[in-house]
Amino acid sequence: MMALILIALVTLASAAAAMLLRNLIHSALLLTASWAGLAAFYLWAGAEFVAFAQVLVYVGAISMVVLFAVLLTRPPQPMPVTPPNTLGRALVALITGGAVLGVFIGAIVSSPLPATAAPAPTVSVKQLGLELAGRHAGALLIVGALLTVALLGAVVLAATDREPVGASLDDVRGRPPGTPLQKSGDAP
Amino acid sequence: MNADSILERGPLLVRDWLVSFLPEPARWLAGSLLAITAVIVAFASLFALLTLIERKVLARVQNRPGPNRVGIPLTKIRLFGLGQPLADGIKMLTKEDIVPRSADRVLHFLAPVALLAFAILTFAVIPFGRHLVPVELEAGVLYFFAAGAATELAVFMAGWASRNKYSLLAAMRALAQLISYELPLLLSVVPVVMLAGTLSTTGIVERQGGWTFGLLPQWHVFTPWGAAGFAIFFVAALAESNRSPFDLPEAESELIAGHLTEYSGFKYALFFMAEYFGMCALCGMGVTLFLGGWQAPLSFLAFIPSYIWFGAKLMTLLLAFMWVRATLPRLRIDQLTRLAWKFLVPLALVNLGVAAFWSLSADWTGAVRLTRWLIAAMLLAGPFVLLGRKLTAGLAPRIYRYAT
Repeated sequence: MMALILIALVTLASAAAAMLLRNLIHSALLLTASWAGLAAFYLWAGAEFVAFAQVLVYVGAISMVVLFAVLLTRPPQPMPVTPPNTLGRALVALITGGAVLGVFIGAIVSSPLPATAAPAPTVSVKQLGLELAGRHAGALLIVGALLTVALLGAVVLAATDREPVGASLDDVRGRPPGTPLQKSGDAP
Repeated sequence: MNADSILERGPLLVRDWLVSFLPEPARWLAGSLLAITAVIVAFASLFALLTLIERKVLARVQNRPGPNRVGIPLTKIRLFGLGQPLADGIKMLTKEDIVPRSADRVLHFLAPVALLAFAILTFAVIPFGRHLVPVELEAGVLYFFAAGAATELAVFMAGWASRNKYSLLAAMRALAQLISYELPLLLSVVPVVMLAGTLSTTGIVERQGGWTFGLLPQWHVFTPWGAAGFAIFFVAALAESNRSPFDLPEAESELIAGHLTEYSGFKYALFFMAEYFGMCALCGMGVTLFLGGWQAPLSFLAFIPSYIWFGAKLMTLLLAFMWVRATLPRLRIDQLTRLAWKFLVPLALVNLGVAAFWSLSADWTGAVRLTRWLIAAMLLAGPFVLLGRKLTAGLAPRIYRYAT
């Protein structure tokens, strides 16, 4: 029980910190820590295979996608300035958070919990693999396709907000000496 | 050799004897701690030795003596420079630890620590001998690659936290390399898991036991798909451990040591320690998956304890890594990614198909077995030649232009 509380604390704290921090890279890294916490939870629950898959996929791969997305995309220029701590924002936050909380509480309350502790099911990795490649093969393929599409979408998003290379080169060559390289935008 | 002989069980007996001094509840914990200590001490001293061996091997290839001055302190005994690792360690420890003013201090500190921690974690599932596996996991192979995948994060942290454009650029290049080569590495392992029918490392080693004609070993590397898989694994492992000819991440001459630019003192040494640990772990995994793990190479040599065979195979692979480093020049980044995506990945996928054929034709008997071998080899050789030609089409022979 002690271990579970510790794991939950680390997971939730890093998730909360990921939301609150202004530094995007720190947020991404803390999100990864939170995913690692989830893997620790799976391990605690005895789901070895799922825990390692979680580390391999989330900590190893998805975190990289997130970091690349953060580094390759640029924030819109100029940054849209939203006044902090307005009543509107607080209201929207409360409504969204309340709705999610309601769904979760509803799900927890409505799911029947056995009065006595059921014996932990023992599922070998082989059984899991057979299930995944047999009955749930379609779902697995769909998830794979979905992730590929998401990745391609990220690449397109990152690639399109760049100026054509030829034009910017001409600008640089044609500018009179002494003028700044670019009038606005990011630093040279 | 008898599985229960005194030599085979030796390390276990020593552990049990040491643990027996403790009260019953603490024994399990003490046993685990002993295993961890043994692994860390063994591989830390191997790391120290490897730094010297590597410099010696490189020197031998380049026809020079290599480090041969440092011996036993305060005497004139030199011992072929055996004291060099110790001197290097003291130098690294006493060097000033510089952190750039604008660096992200926490991440700058965490990066080498995380890298080393994950590198050490990978040793947990490697069977070092018949009875010597630190942790027996049902999904051991998956664990190994999960722990290894986290090293990418540490490289990124190092590059980003340094607040240096060279570091960040090099870290992104390193990530591109690590992610590209993760794919062929994993794909080359899949046939082994498929044919062995298990993800457990001990199970895979046991599946490679037994003797053909009572003499020759049945390691995976002696099958067509195993040989191709091992070749792909070897190349991908070179790239994953940032070894030459894939040492672009640190590329001293182009990227001023890449993500290590802003590291000095012992943090720098930690990066190198992690790199060597990663190399040892990947070589150990290669031995486990393809080279029969702790099994003896010939049936009459089985009287030598299993852990000695594992160590010998591990050292052979490590020396092969050094040989490659001394022989091949560094690749350019586009050549590097092209090799991974256009050659190794398709070849690994073809190999998967060949492994499926091998698995389906397992009940062929008699002379047909030779045909099975030939068909599988042809299925691999064809794509290999075609892919290789396509890879170099329009690019070779290369014309070198020199500045005049």
